[in-house]
Amino acid sequence: MKDDRKIIACENIWKSFRLHTSRRLLSQHLAAWFGEGAYHRFQALKGVSFDVARGEALAVIGSNGAGKSTLLSLVSGLTEPDKGVVKVNGRVAALLELGSGFHPDLTGTENVFLNAALLGFDERQTKTMLNDVVEFAGVREFINEPLRTYSSGMMLRLAFSVAVNVDPDILIIDEVLAVGDAEFQARCYERIHGFRRAGKTFLCVSHNKSVLMELCDRAIWLDQGEMMMCGKIGNVFEAYEGRAALPKPDAQ
Amino acid sequence: MWRGDYWFLLKNLILKDFRVRYRNMSLGMFWSLLNPLVMIGVWYFVFTKIFTNPIHHFGVFILCGIIPFNFFALAWSSSTTSVVDSAGLIKRIAVPREVIPIASVFSNCLHVVIQVGLLLVFVLTTGVGVNVYWLFLPVIWALELVFICGCALLFSALNVYVRDTRYFVDSANLVLFWLVPIFYPFSQVPMRFKELYQYNPIAALVLAMRDIVIESRAPSAVLMTKLTLVSFLALGIGFWGFRKLKPRFYDYL
Repeated sequence: MKDDRKIIACENIWKSFRLHTSRRLLSQHLAAWFGEGAYHRFQALKGVSFDVARGEALAVIGSNGAGKSTLLSLVSGLTEPDKGVVKVNGRVAALLELGSGFHPDLTGTENVFLNAALLGFDERQTKTMLNDVVEFAGVREFINEPLRTYSSGMMLRLAFSVAVNVDPDILIIDEVLAVGDAEFQARCYERIHGFRRAGKTFLCVSHNKSVLMELCDRAIWLDQGEMMMCGKIGNVFEAYEGRAALPKPDAQ
Repeated sequence: MWRGDYWFLLKNLILKDFRVRYRNMSLGMFWSLLNPLVMIGVWYFVFTKIFTNPIHHFGVFILCGIIPFNFFALAWSSSTTSVVDSAGLIKRIAVPREVIPIASVFSNCLHVVIQVGLLLVFVLTTGVGVNVYWLFLPVIWALELVFICGCALLFSALNVYVRDTRYFVDSANLVLFWLVPIFYPFSQVPMRFKELYQYNPIAALVLAMRDIVIESRAPSAVLMTKLTLVSFLALGIGFWGFRKLKPRFYDYL
């Protein structure tokens, strides 16, 4: 019964990356194979567990390099954890970086088609939504111009507009909303609220407290790959800000 | 898990390659025709005026060799780098990774269509003539595509881990150019290599093309069996290897 409500379930996930410091030559590959010093690894996530219920909005906060983006990549299904389980029961649309999946030489319309296909839409669905996408993005004048002529704000408008219009179960946004102007941000918030009223789930990474307070009700706080806290967003921010103000224990 | 329309995705990726390739050229798709035409002109001059040779219909003979080989070489080398070139996509969108090298192979197909058109023109103007066995052509080309997709999957995945793979592919293409009977007839190949030659799907394709186009006969059953066997074996290995290697793409790109 309870599991039905969970749309994302992460259990004790660990993820490390190999550090690439000049380990490309054959002699170095061989040295590593024969056990002379394993690769240096960077532990990005250390045993993180959390659930997200259908219709919830979760913020992920923490300082740079805390593992926030790695966590979103795992939930988006881009990579697999070293240990632990990531379960996602729904279609994901993720805006992890501005302009990913877009090609600068293609026009706005062509990019909308390409992106919709990448996110799993078919031709009929894409044609149906094209008008809504262009309308919401407010870039109708430039829609037949190549994307390289767009400003980053216009690119965000188009990317966000496609992501919300492909009707995902889970929308994931990593810090890209900041390049939009106030008017567009307001419309994004409205759209995300509507999205949540429809019972959809929202995940967001940002360093902007007011954005997160506006959009999310729960938060998890990561610090150097460890989960420090998970709970109501107000409480988590309070603890995060209190901790951030203190000098780090190992700095002294 | 990605649930979507694979054909729509494949179509859009191929269209993207097309548009990006041709949009900024003033001659556009004409290059696909011009390149082989220039090449044939030079070879024709060298191999009929400088070195004389007894092969009839030399233009058609060479086209039957060079069209399949060029397609293979181009598709293999461009697909090998396709996954690394699409790093931005692979690291940010959970799209099924197999689609990327396969789309890269298919986006070279326009060349083939144009060049087969060129072959047809040669055939008609030099009096070789079209025959009923041309119906075999789609079959053998489909087999070549199967083989190339297998190579594309395997090598594009390897190239993520060992970036030298692309140089290996380029060198292999250079060697293969002379191991495929493009300039010389199969009959000149020493007896003891003949059997082996037919296992090379590119050589087999060239031989089958010549049987059909020049000799007006169906390719032999043995040749077709070998071509089919090796092509599907390559595709199987390609998919298997890609599947083994893809979970770590994110970490290595």
